Amino acid sequence: MAKITTPAMERLRQAEKKRGAEKPGRSSAAREVLHRMTYNKLAMAGLAIFLLLVLCALFPQVIAPEGYDDQNYARAFTAPCLQFPLGTDSFGRDILSRVIWGARTSLCIGVLSVSFSVLVGGLIGAVAAYYGGKLDNVLMRLMDVLMAVPGFLLCIAITAAFGSGFIVIVWAIAVGSVPSYARIVRAAVLTIKDSEFVEAARSIGASDVRITMKHLLPNCLSPIIVQATMGVAGAILSAAGLSFMGLGVQPPTPEWGYMLNAGKQYIRDAWWIVTFPGITIMAAIFSLNLLGDGLRDALDPKLKK
Amino acid sequence: MSTLLEVRELRKYFKTPHGWLHAVDNVSFQLEQGKTLGIVGESGCGKSTLGRTILHLVEPTGGKIIFEGEDISQISKRRFKELRKEMQIIFQDPFSSLNPRMTVEDIIREPLEIYRIHKTEDALRGRVKELMDTVGLAQRLARSYPHELDGGRRQRIGIARALALNPKFIVCDEPVSALDVSIQAQILNLMQDLQEQLKLTYIFITHDLSVVHHIADNICVMYLGQLVERAGARELFVQNLHPYTKALLSAIPVASPHQKSERMILKGEITSPINPKKACRFAQRCPHAKEACFAREPELREVLPNHFVACHYAHELNNLSE
Repeated sequence: MAKITTPAMERLRQAEKKRGAEKPGRSSAAREVLHRMTYNKLAMAGLAIFLLLVLCALFPQVIAPEGYDDQNYARAFTAPCLQFPLGTDSFGRDILSRVIWGARTSLCIGVLSVSFSVLVGGLIGAVAAYYGGKLDNVLMRLMDVLMAVPGFLLCIAITAAFGSGFIVIVWAIAVGSVPSYARIVRAAVLTIKDSEFVEAARSIGASDVRITMKHLLPNCLSPIIVQATMGVAGAILSAAGLSFMGLGVQPPTPEWGYMLNAGKQYIRDAWWIVTFPGITIMAAIFSLNLLGDGLRDALDPKLKK
Repeated sequence: MSTLLEVRELRKYFKTPHGWLHAVDNVSFQLEQGKTLGIVGESGCGKSTLGRTILHLVEPTGGKIIFEGEDISQISKRRFKELRKEMQIIFQDPFSSLNPRMTVEDIIREPLEIYRIHKTEDALRGRVKELMDTVGLAQRLARSYPHELDGGRRQRIGIARALALNPKFIVCDEPVSALDVSIQAQILNLMQDLQEQLKLTYIFITHDLSVVHHIADNICVMYLGQLVERAGARELFVQNLHPYTKALLSAIPVASPHQKSERMILKGEITSPINPKKACRFAQRCPHAKEACFAREPELREVLPNHFVACHYAHELNNLSE
């Protein structure tokens, strides 16, 4: 490698010497994003609530005061009090404990199904937009076919056909939302695939895979993240709906949606049975939305303050 | 000096709903090692497409591209990946040619990562540092994002990226037209310094004639995908033979309020580049157009030594003997 000197270089060398050149270090991009997010109070609140729910999902046996299925008819319909902060249901089960145990089911369904549809949908959308032409047409028409079936009906059909296990529910919810991610990613990729920096990447010999992973997808992250966080919320609701129809998680497995639906017939006399699972669902969705907004901002270097 | 690049009858047609758009049509030229070829013409005349076709960023429709004696117009993708080390491009718009989610350092090191040129992280980092020095970027900017920098610095990043693989040949696609005039000069000087130091060969695409006068050894004037005149830079500014070149040069602003410039104003519409007729493409706007101009396509002829013109009446219009 030839050592080269230009006048510009010389001037810079001198300027650097004066300043006492800083050490150029490289920290991971993820750490940088996290660091930027700490400035966003709302996002941190969302993260806190979400982490709390994740803790509940991971260690319910430690956090919950009782098991999820400890029935006692003598104490059924107890209003919230010191012993049962959120009251008890028609079987005399502690609602606080069931809400905590339920985090595991609901969050798993939400996160797993959304991860699946983001991965599959994102890939389909990116491939369709990048290669274009016939492949684009075939892939997107397939997505249209999926979209033509109402999402919830698709869930019901899949669970009716394959039984109502946990995995089947995740699949059923995931499949229905693949098209929306494919469309979002396709639209985002289309707007940036002709930009000069993608052409620049090709001119330095980057492969298609590298261009997709390093140049296209990172630049359409924000709509994906927003859609995904909302998607987790939607998936939790869908799971609740399926449980209500008897196609979802089977009792006595605690699940927020199922608790909500089981308690609704007592709403006049025992408001706490429906209210607290409902508030939990709301808190989960709310925290995810705050987190999603914060992540979107933190991932965009242009918004760096 | 040996010939580095030769382009023979290069064609690039794009398919449109109305027919074939002739973006580059029968363009031929030779480029010697260490020289700069300026390509000038108005917007949409195919200058950028020509540059991109040579680099295979756009696949050529026909013709030959001969680089260091090898015909590269039809070679495999894998072989071309090797060649990309030799031929690079600097883009026009430093705002859109840099990935907004990558830091300066990441952008410059990407080509080095792709070709795995450096075995160790330290060597890689050293090279990035050296490149930043070469183009005059301060080390403290390594972790900045492109949007935090001004246009001139961004263009320096683009230049550093193009230099990373030690190319012999660089296509400069209007590298200064998006910059302020004061910064244009800096970047042009940098590019000239680099050419001297690294023995680079440039194709310099621009619509700015004063820039091309400053930097080019030879100039090609393009009109609707074709070369209309090709000559040495000095020669072209003194004695230009094609009516279009004359009109183009008369449009250079004169930096003096007293000197009255004689503008040659072209009338008429640009001929459509879609399925053009076999005729002189400039005829509709040419003040000297005669019947033959609408009937036959003029060939690029050597009218004066090393001075090529595509005009049926080049001799008559310029009082030259055949």
